[in-house]
Amino acid sequence: MITPLSRLLAAAALAALAACSSVKLDEAGAGAPVENRSADGNAGTAAGGATTGTADVGATPGARAVTPVEVGRKDPLDDPAGQLARRSIYFDFDQYTIKDEHKATLEAHARYLIANRGRKVVIQGNTDERGSREYNLALGQKRAEAVRKALTALGVPDAQLEAVSFGEEKPRASGTDDAAMAENRRADLAYQ
Amino acid sequence: MNLAPQPFAPPPRADRRRVLGAGLAVMAGHPLASAQMRIDVSGIGATQYPISIARFPVEGRVPLEVAAVVRADLARSGAFRLVDTAAALSETANPDFGDLRAKGADAVVGGSVTRLADGRYDIRFRLHDVVRANAIGGEAFVATEADLRYAGHRIADWIHEKLTGERGIFATRIVFVSRSAGRYRLDVADWDGENIVSPLRSAEPVMSPAWAPDGKRLAYVSFESGKPVVYVHTLASGQRMAVANFRGSNSAPAWSPDGRTLAVTLTREGLSQVFLLNADGSGSPRRLTTSAGIDTEPAFSPDGRGLYFTSDRGGSPQIYRMPIDGGEAARVTFSAPYSVSARPSPDGRSLAYISRREGRYLVTLRNLASGAEQILSDGGREESPSFAPNGRWILFATQAGGRDSLMAVTVDGRVKQRLSSSLGDIREPSWGPFTQ
Repeated sequence: MITPLSRLLAAAALAALAACSSVKLDEAGAGAPVENRSADGNAGTAAGGATTGTADVGATPGARAVTPVEVGRKDPLDDPAGQLARRSIYFDFDQYTIKDEHKATLEAHARYLIANRGRKVVIQGNTDERGSREYNLALGQKRAEAVRKALTALGVPDAQLEAVSFGEEKPRASGTDDAAMAENRRADLAYQ
Repeated sequence: MNLAPQPFAPPPRADRRRVLGAGLAVMAGHPLASAQMRIDVSGIGATQYPISIARFPVEGRVPLEVAAVVRADLARSGAFRLVDTAAALSETANPDFGDLRAKGADAVVGGSVTRLADGRYDIRFRLHDVVRANAIGGEAFVATEADLRYAGHRIADWIHEKLTGERGIFATRIVFVSRSAGRYRLDVADWDGENIVSPLRSAEPVMSPAWAPDGKRLAYVSFESGKPVVYVHTLASGQRMAVANFRGSNSAPAWSPDGRTLAVTLTREGLSQVFLLNADGSGSPRRLTTSAGIDTEPAFSPDGRGLYFTSDRGGSPQIYRMPIDGGEAARVTFSAPYSVSARPSPDGRSLAYISRREGRYLVTLRNLASGAEQILSDGGREESPSFAPNGRWILFATQAGGRDSLMAVTVDGRVKQRLSSSLGDIREPSWGPFTQ
């Protein structure tokens, strides 16, 4: 059975092929820079679900091209079961590196932000309540900055990101037990 | 000393001070004598000056006992021991020196409070040396009803300076952050926590209030726009200006001694670093510190030439000092794995900061010349140390009964006083400057 997903995968595969062939053309020096960009762009959009992916493979785009349109589709940001519903990145005590378990979440947000250049996200760093409030503000910033850098590395333009800190001032969990402290050691993605 | 809310907010202090200042005049016929008695204040609390503050006769309706404010100030300072006398004594009457000597008082203060036709009050007082049986001096001034407490603080300051040779801090004010029912306030109060006015109320966190050297403006951090932004707020007018609202977080404002420059922590270039900017918001910020980690919590040295700050450049947060015009930063603290929130004393000779020792966060005083350190608190959850302008006290945040409260301790550790609110948390205190 041919599902929409498999069509998508097929389109992506073709786009990947197109990318490969364009690399070869590039090596041959046949006006490749332009063609290369276009192939990359197609690969990106194909993976994201839209679909002019096969246009480059054939030599004559235009007449037989089909652009599928899906109606009634909601913003994936609003899907409570989707990966984008995860907006909190947790950190270990005194740690400011992103744990492997959060990488898939950040990749999903990066894909969404790249596909939706109009969306901006504020990354809000938080800390537990131990120690100086101002120093904790700086530590929260360090967490927010780690997330910002990860999203930047995944290709999200700088203009869509701002890293800020709430320090210990806006704790999600009150209390001083380990669970509450751990809950507050996090950075949140707040879409604007 | 509970900080009860005031049902009626007094007018802004700056206005009241003008009224009081305008009415201030040295009492005719009682020229100020030069200080004839001084005590050694190297051990405040260890040496207590015995003094009697008599009841001041009043004329007309006087809603507050001015002499009681004077008594409370002198007693709380730890430098005086109050000697009770039942008798009232006006500034013109002769004290019973024999009786006072028998009770152990070395000085006595008499005075009077008279309600004037315009509703203001004429306040006079006179200080006597009991041992020598002569008058040291006195003052007279006119105050509005709202300024009666302030008048008492001014009298206590005058007595303190005459008898100890050191300026009193009773007429200074403090600022702190209050949080109750999920809302935040900046509260300005007399040194003893009384007479609270709230220049700012907000649904979002407010932190790090800092007095301008003129005592008329505050800088602080407010989250009202969804992220930390530094504001300068003029108390008399309520006018506010966002002086640091750059991409990222803006925090930790510190005033230069001349009041023209603010040191702030910005993250516009990545992690937290210290920048200098004009306090009037003009121009663009100049980056001062350069590290790959965190530099924050700046505090100017009293001469304005150096800046203390917290940095994790060595791996753990420690206090560093660098010249204000750039150059090498030198590490100052070494005795604990976590050392933050530095505040130099007004004479520049010592540094108060918070160190973590065996998991407890404690107020620590370091002699900058000798390197000797003294722990001045024992709560374990201390934050935000701040010197009184005469350098005798350190005010800080602590916890009591699960609530944030304030505590002041003399730098010799002998005298302590706590401020707590029955309504909620109070924290992040900052002691204001001497004002005229």
